[in-house]
Amino acid sequence: MSWYNKRLAKSIWVYHMSASPCNNCDIEILDLLTPKYDVERFGIKLVGSVRHADVILLSGVINQKVAPQVKKIYEQAAKPCFVVGVGTCPASGCCFKDSYNTVKKREDVIPIHLYIPGCPPKPEAMIEGVVKLAGVLNA
Amino acid sequence: MDKNVIPVGPYHPLLEEAEYFTLQVDGETVVDIDLEIGWMHRGHEFISESKTFTQSLYLVERICGICSTSHPLAAVHAMEDVDNIEIPLRARYIRTLVGELERIHSHLLWLGLAGHFIGYDTLWMWAWKYREPVLQMFEIISGNRNHYGMMRVGGVAKDVDPDKIKSLLDIMDEIEKKIQMIAKAANDDPVLKSRLKGVGVLTKKDAVDFCAVGPTARASGVSVDVRKDEPTDAYDLVDFKIIVTENGDVFDKTVVRLLETFESIKICKQCLEKLKTVNGGIRNNVKEISAGEGIGRYEAPRGEVFHYVRTDGTNRPVRHKVRAPSYVNIPTFKASCKGIPVADALITLAAVDPCYCCTERSIKIRDKNNEPYQLDLMKLSREKTEQIRRQMK
Repeated sequence: MSWYNKRLAKSIWVYHMSASPCNNCDIEILDLLTPKYDVERFGIKLVGSVRHADVILLSGVINQKVAPQVKKIYEQAAKPCFVVGVGTCPASGCCFKDSYNTVKKREDVIPIHLYIPGCPPKPEAMIEGVVKLAGVLNA
Repeated sequence: MDKNVIPVGPYHPLLEEAEYFTLQVDGETVVDIDLEIGWMHRGHEFISESKTFTQSLYLVERICGICSTSHPLAAVHAMEDVDNIEIPLRARYIRTLVGELERIHSHLLWLGLAGHFIGYDTLWMWAWKYREPVLQMFEIISGNRNHYGMMRVGGVAKDVDPDKIKSLLDIMDEIEKKIQMIAKAANDDPVLKSRLKGVGVLTKKDAVDFCAVGPTARASGVSVDVRKDEPTDAYDLVDFKIIVTENGDVFDKTVVRLLETFESIKICKQCLEKLKTVNGGIRNNVKEISAGEGIGRYEAPRGEVFHYVRTDGTNRPVRHKVRAPSYVNIPTFKASCKGIPVADALITLAAVDPCYCCTERSIKIRDKNNEPYQLDLMKLSREKTEQIRRQMK
């Protein structure tokens, strides 16, 4: 696996999955691709299909309706596929943890390997998170 | 003849949020469209009733990350409406400044995404590149790029540092120049003209019938704007125009948004100039809100956002109702998408700048047999009476 991981770390292709967020982490993720941050220079690229993805960027507390879809999409991904929880929502549930419509345990729906806290995290923090993941993969 | 159905979503490469459209097509032409929402429902109205007023503002800010001033601003208007709380002049200018900056960032965001939807990524990169200074201004004013946390009942949370006003004005000038360049380029662009002109027309009659608000209505010739119709904050003290165009196609919606951006820049500059001279506090200390009800309206980048708050004299709202602009704009798809090719459907869907996070305030529950869960109130009431009667025996 480590042989594979080392190659994977060179160009991480990410798939963006919004699981009932407030849109803010999502626009910051898109912001990463635009000229100011331009993560494509690190080989990080946003892809349209989860089958091409090495990393899933998950944003939002997962609600009851979206949970089966999230599970299905993760199952469709070619493994190894790492899940990065962007924002406070996947990490702690933010202010929605008291809601009747969010799943109680997000780890049952999708395993999350790395959390980037912040509401929303700054693009620099997101880059650092993914770079840390690449460091772990390289080790 | 059988109609074919094209499902779009809930996870689609182009869609930023999860939503599910079913396009009924006859050959290449869209005959009917249906939409299933609820993928983003988090139960804000329910949670808000268990939070204090200030915590509730934190919560409504997270209804939507793009209109994260509009919702708290409408909510504070509603809470202030209960007791007719006055706010200081300086706070009024700061509220208007933050609200208008948000409009600039939201319209540029839309312009970029519209470019992305028609496969014109150059426009996307451009628009988002020049959106960056706006976020930088937000960082200077509020300390965060998004989710500013500026609104409080009775004023604003943070003051604009007088030393920084000059640098803010400089950034504003810079943005104006760049957006003028984009607007000129977008206006002359043959790609945009051929893809957007005459596409997804929403007639004036349809706009009125569907009660469309915001740029969607204004592009169809309906002059509706809460900022002029019912001015709050400093909108009656600044000078600006409402942009109205007549054609109602996607190109006109682009034009309306771009021209509105210039109006917003004008308002922001006036506010910043005023903040140099207007002194005084930024917040009246509000100890409590008495029992009553209040409504708050604000012109969000997408249209009118409406909040209703009912209080009972405690420190939390008893009922907090939210109606977002997309709630009335999204049904206009029924009118604008009919009869257009499938290739144009997605940009037409995106043209109203729909925000599903804002819209989804309720869910439909289904029972085990997959039937909608309904309650007979009369039956429930009788059962309760029976129950009490049994207890009293």
